Amino acid sequence: MSQKCGKGDWVMIHQVILEPHQRSKDVPEDTAKVPLEAWIKGWAVDSATVGEEVQITTLAGRTVKGRLVEVNPGFTHTYGPAVPELAPVGRELRTVLKEAKGRG
Amino acid sequence: MARDTSYEAVMARQNEIMKKSLGMDYEQYVRGPIAFDYEAMMSGTGYTLEKIREIQREVGVGDTPLLELRNVTELVRRNAKPGYGARILVKDESCNPSGSFKDRRASVSLYHAAKMGYPGALAATSGNYGAAVASQAAMRNLGCIVVQEVYDSRHVGQPEIIEKTRKCEAFGAEVVQLTVGPELFYVALMLLEETGYFNASLYSSFGVAGIETLGVEIVEQCRQRYGKDPAYVVVTHAGGGNVTGTARGLRKAGAANTTVIGASVDLSGLHMASDRDFNRKSFTTGHTGFGVPFATWPDRTDVPKNAARPLRYLDRYVTVTQGEVFYVTEVTATVEGLERGPAGNTSLAAAIPLAAELPEDEIVVVQETEYTGAGKHPQAQLDFARRNGVEVRRGDPKENVPGKAIVIPESFSQLHVTEMSLDRMKRSYIRNAVQRNGLTEVTGDELQFLSEDTRLSPEAVQAVLSEFGVKVRG
Repeated sequence: MSQKCGKGDWVMIHQVILEPHQRSKDVPEDTAKVPLEAWIKGWAVDSATVGEEVQITTLAGRTVKGRLVEVNPGFTHTYGPAVPELAPVGRELRTVLKEAKGRG
Repeated sequence: MARDTSYEAVMARQNEIMKKSLGMDYEQYVRGPIAFDYEAMMSGTGYTLEKIREIQREVGVGDTPLLELRNVTELVRRNAKPGYGARILVKDESCNPSGSFKDRRASVSLYHAAKMGYPGALAATSGNYGAAVASQAAMRNLGCIVVQEVYDSRHVGQPEIIEKTRKCEAFGAEVVQLTVGPELFYVALMLLEETGYFNASLYSSFGVAGIETLGVEIVEQCRQRYGKDPAYVVVTHAGGGNVTGTARGLRKAGAANTTVIGASVDLSGLHMASDRDFNRKSFTTGHTGFGVPFATWPDRTDVPKNAARPLRYLDRYVTVTQGEVFYVTEVTATVEGLERGPAGNTSLAAAIPLAAELPEDEIVVVQETEYTGAGKHPQAQLDFARRNGVEVRRGDPKENVPGKAIVIPESFSQLHVTEMSLDRMKRSYIRNAVQRNGLTEVTGDELQFLSEDTRLSPEAVQAVLSEFGVKVRG
């Protein structure tokens, strides 16, 4: 993964929106200890190295500044591995349905 | 001069920002600290049911198929007493352009935003609604920003929500991904101020009116195909809009005897704004963490008066477990050939035991499905649960413990619902209404409103009020 972006590259930036002491008084104890953070994607306005501040133009056309975290950010979420607890369910019920039909 | 963007300063400007971003002055409907003219607010959109159908048809929203789940119905009948087990039908809302019933809500908001000349629309949501707004914005070539709560403080994201980020971006929307916290609304307000976008709130009259067509279609399709109205319509309940809009549609279509049943996934004991609990949930919507607080205090949202008021419309409210919904999702795929997203199957999981209460010639309608995909799938979600320390096993679903154990039923007959007390929720709503407004006495007009908002008699409301030491004036 590239550590540098050039002008016009698709990147993701990170911002701290609220430090813990700036947060709403209504958040539970564990949440109150951590900052409110944001990740936003867009096209880099200048070249930068991961970890440096960079400005981006977002899909909505806003100009936003933040710390560069990734160049060409993608999606890696998956369907996950098979779940043994679910795998037999279909077969079990199809057997029940077949028996029902046989009797009816 | 630069605007003060501190949390307190932005929240203090909330009313002003909302007024501008909704183009609607809620003051005109207010009759007192609690009371407001709900029906006037609902018709304040200026769009009739017919006009909304026209708007939705123009963008390919609605008119979704009503599918009969023959094998599931057969399984219900095998477990019911002789002659029992109503026919289960499901409204396949995943056929909408962005894959859920949320397109109905977004279609009206985006039509209105375009008509009023807003440059774009913003939604603060981690659910399917974001994709719906993004899709409708794309159709109307408007800008779109979706603000989502995605990660905990370790930057570990809920797979279901990451998929929704992807979907929004696929439609050309900007997504602002946040860590856990109610300050999502603060960020949304700042962005509304910065962009001048329309606030495509889930809770505006536009959003809720858009769902009425769903209720109307259910009645029309049932009458046309089966010559009767459904006995039960089961609605997945979270923020309350789905229940409110569907029930209003059922009434408008004249289904006076249909029982409206809300269903949520039981997530009791998990705190919705907790950094630690965030990734111990395997459902990010359709659960009691929204269902209960939004019913007992609707006016907690991003609009001054919430159009979603579920206590006006719920006849019953039941919960199911996470394990049951995953099981039913697997059942629907393998015995009905319909692979749909898990959260949308919450009402189906409830409909199965509910159908067993009714004779065979009755109809139970499950009023939505949603799309499925990577992340938003039982395998992905159960794998994620395991990796976050939640036990996954087969057994009796009654052993399910939110955040600790997801129990996949061993047999179809173990599916069950837990009845929630609507009376208790109504009491809690009345308490919130008076205490949050610091009232020690209410007018007859307020009493009347509380009665309409809870479907309790004025006498019953008065009895609850007196328990909390609140007098009725005049």
